[in-house]
Amino acid sequence: MSERATSVSPRTEQDRTREENTEESAADSSADARPVTTGAEAVVRALETAGVEYAFGVQGGAIMPVYDALYDSPIRHVTMAHEQGASHAADAYGIVSGEPGVCLATSGPGATNLVTGIADADMDSDPMIALTGQVPTELVGNDAFQETDTTGVTAPITKANTFSSDPNSVGDDVGEAFALAAEGRPGPTLVDLPKDVTLAETDREPAEPKTPATYDVQERADPTIVAEAARRIERAQKPIMLLGGGVIKGDAAAECRAFATEHEIPVVTTMPGIGSFPEDHELAMEMAGMHGTGYANMAITHCDAMIAVGTRFDDRLTGGIDTFAPGAEIIHVDIDPAEISKNVHAEYPLVGDAATVVTQLAEAVEESPKATKWRAQCQQWKSEYSMAYDTPEDEPVKPQFVVEALDEATSDRAIVTTGVGQHQMWACQYWTYTEPRTWVSSHGLGTMGYGLPAAIGARLAADDDQEVICVEGDGSFLMTMQELAVAVRENLDITVAVLNNEYIGMVRQWQDAFFEGRHSASEYHWCPAFDKLAEAFGARGFRIDDYDEVADTIQEAVAYDGPSVIDVHIDPRANVYPMVPSGGDNGQFALSEDQL
Amino acid sequence: MSGLDGPAPEERPESTGRRNAQGIRIDPEVEARHEPRRTVISVLVEHEPGVLSDVSGLFSRRQFNIESLTVGPTEDDDRARITLVVEETDPGIDQVKKQLRKLIPVVAVRELEPDAMRRELALVKVNATRPDRVAAVADMYGGKTVDASPETATVEITGARQKIDSAIEAFSQFGIREISRTGTTALARGTEDTAGVAPNQAAQRVEQTNQPHTAPSDDD
Repeated sequence: MSERATSVSPRTEQDRTREENTEESAADSSADARPVTTGAEAVVRALETAGVEYAFGVQGGAIMPVYDALYDSPIRHVTMAHEQGASHAADAYGIVSGEPGVCLATSGPGATNLVTGIADADMDSDPMIALTGQVPTELVGNDAFQETDTTGVTAPITKANTFSSDPNSVGDDVGEAFALAAEGRPGPTLVDLPKDVTLAETDREPAEPKTPATYDVQERADPTIVAEAARRIERAQKPIMLLGGGVIKGDAAAECRAFATEHEIPVVTTMPGIGSFPEDHELAMEMAGMHGTGYANMAITHCDAMIAVGTRFDDRLTGGIDTFAPGAEIIHVDIDPAEISKNVHAEYPLVGDAATVVTQLAEAVEESPKATKWRAQCQQWKSEYSMAYDTPEDEPVKPQFVVEALDEATSDRAIVTTGVGQHQMWACQYWTYTEPRTWVSSHGLGTMGYGLPAAIGARLAADDDQEVICVEGDGSFLMTMQELAVAVRENLDITVAVLNNEYIGMVRQWQDAFFEGRHSASEYHWCPAFDKLAEAFGARGFRIDDYDEVADTIQEAVAYDGPSVIDVHIDPRANVYPMVPSGGDNGQFALSEDQL
Repeated sequence: MSGLDGPAPEERPESTGRRNAQGIRIDPEVEARHEPRRTVISVLVEHEPGVLSDVSGLFSRRQFNIESLTVGPTEDDDRARITLVVEETDPGIDQVKKQLRKLIPVVAVRELEPDAMRRELALVKVNATRPDRVAAVADMYGGKTVDASPETATVEITGARQKIDSAIEAFSQFGIREISRTGTTALARGTEDTAGVAPNQAAQRVEQTNQPHTAPSDDD
């Protein structure tokens, strides 16, 4: 336990080092700062002032002035194969580093290609800034070549966006976008940059990034409600903590961990909350929801007080609202007041920064709830609904086995990125996460193809000694596998394991359960050989067909210092269980198809 | 399927208690119901392009039921006021206010008391074979004839929604050719700020002052 306590804290030390580094580099760049001469230079200067190290993007007509200014900048630009890759890479960079990731695209198709990644970041509250080129202002609104109303298109999926029309303030706009992406509830911001504005002369140095005056974030929760919530916790007989993505975004994992262990409260996480609490801890009930563990869902269904931190109660977590934690009073900690009582009514709303509010709660709770019986019940559920699978030698390799083998072959701090589908669920269920910011996935939007570009962003944000493992499915991998070219070009040490069942597996699973096994368009009659495809891109390729190849192949792929792809031919019939049918009761999960 | 132990779903213990469709925990005997109600929300925003689109976009993508939306400048050149009439359940109205507050150009959001001053404007164009009678009806509703031709008269009426509704009914005897109505605009009564300061400060101020103000007029 004490080991784990220390294992949470290096994160903060690391953050500090990163901050120091950025301060240094910012100081360096301003020391030999060339004067700002154009709008584009102001944009790049604003990024430098904000401490940006990497930017992901693709060149194009309307964004060319910005790229020209980047030419002289210490910011390292990574040219991606597709703008969608740039937005996912920036998103993942933001998750792992805690600092907004930056992506760039030109106007029109460049900007629209970013849209999926922006929407993804918005759903998961990931800090990210997107800079898009735009046609010159005099052509705006005339359906000019490569013109799209980018601020219009992205308004519903950004925290804030700006059409920047003045070369004298364009740098400030970028700084503001940066601050807005990072502060309060993080999210994606966008600045649209007309070409004439970035080409225009200006000598205005952008100011330090700051949010507008109308943006007001409450840090500390109302002490009266904190006190009431503390009393509720003290008299709880069946308490649980539900930790969401906000715990990780708000760097509150250490505080939550301390609170749970001090008062011996079982901890359930949401999918974005994975890594906020060590899954090998006695109190860990792991992930709840549609494909959560049976014991997590039993704990949620039967608890009487829930301390929910940084979660928006997504329907994949709650199942049917009327049956979600039906006997529980909810203490909801969130920095965004609009999340309070949006989906599930909170009896004790605590608006504020997760780390600050959990500390406030910790100070207010005087005695631990008496919940010995409840903890014993939770342990019993853990053995009753243990996550297990069998591995008959005469059947193809089970995906769960591969995930566990990958986990074993890598360190505790290894970062896992995934696409979306069955493989993502197995990666949640069978990998034991112990550290925040080691789980990088597309939760809210559920974007197939997220895994590989995310691995690129994660790799650049991670420490050198952290392995980056991308667990993909064949269908998901095929959506963005062109980014392998980038991984090879940049020589990024990434291991991609494609769990290949030649199906859009999750759809196949649903078709089996709810559409009488009619596999409409979910079956891939032919899949490329992913190992050979990797070799063609210049990466290392591996293939696994049998159990006896698993350990050695994984070891070799992980040891290889560069991008590698393992084409793992898994049991095509393997499905994800437990499962709560969509809109169902979390307590009534199915353990196999027969129970659906 | 392979090896997960434990009883089948139907054999598992049932939990007690339930929640309603709004996620509020309820006593199964007395289910809490939330009927929609109509209310006026005043939003002070930065006077800049795109704000109205942000607000209307928010309403359409979250499927809030909006009755009317008006916008216009205020005493401050940098601020505009948007007045919204919505029909939602209490949790829905709460969400409307919270989601509006999240928009960066929004300065303040406030739900007005039922006694707030609310006005609409309508232009009603009727057939005017008997101009004197049209003028008489217009007079009854405090209206003003703003255009007259040998065949038509256009009358301007301001007031609460109900007053305009009944005026239009009265005018229908002449044969209505066209109607154009604005949405509701509104201000709080007395010294109370409609939505000009930080929302929580505004709430405090209401409690503290609670001064008497002019009585609601017949229009309301």
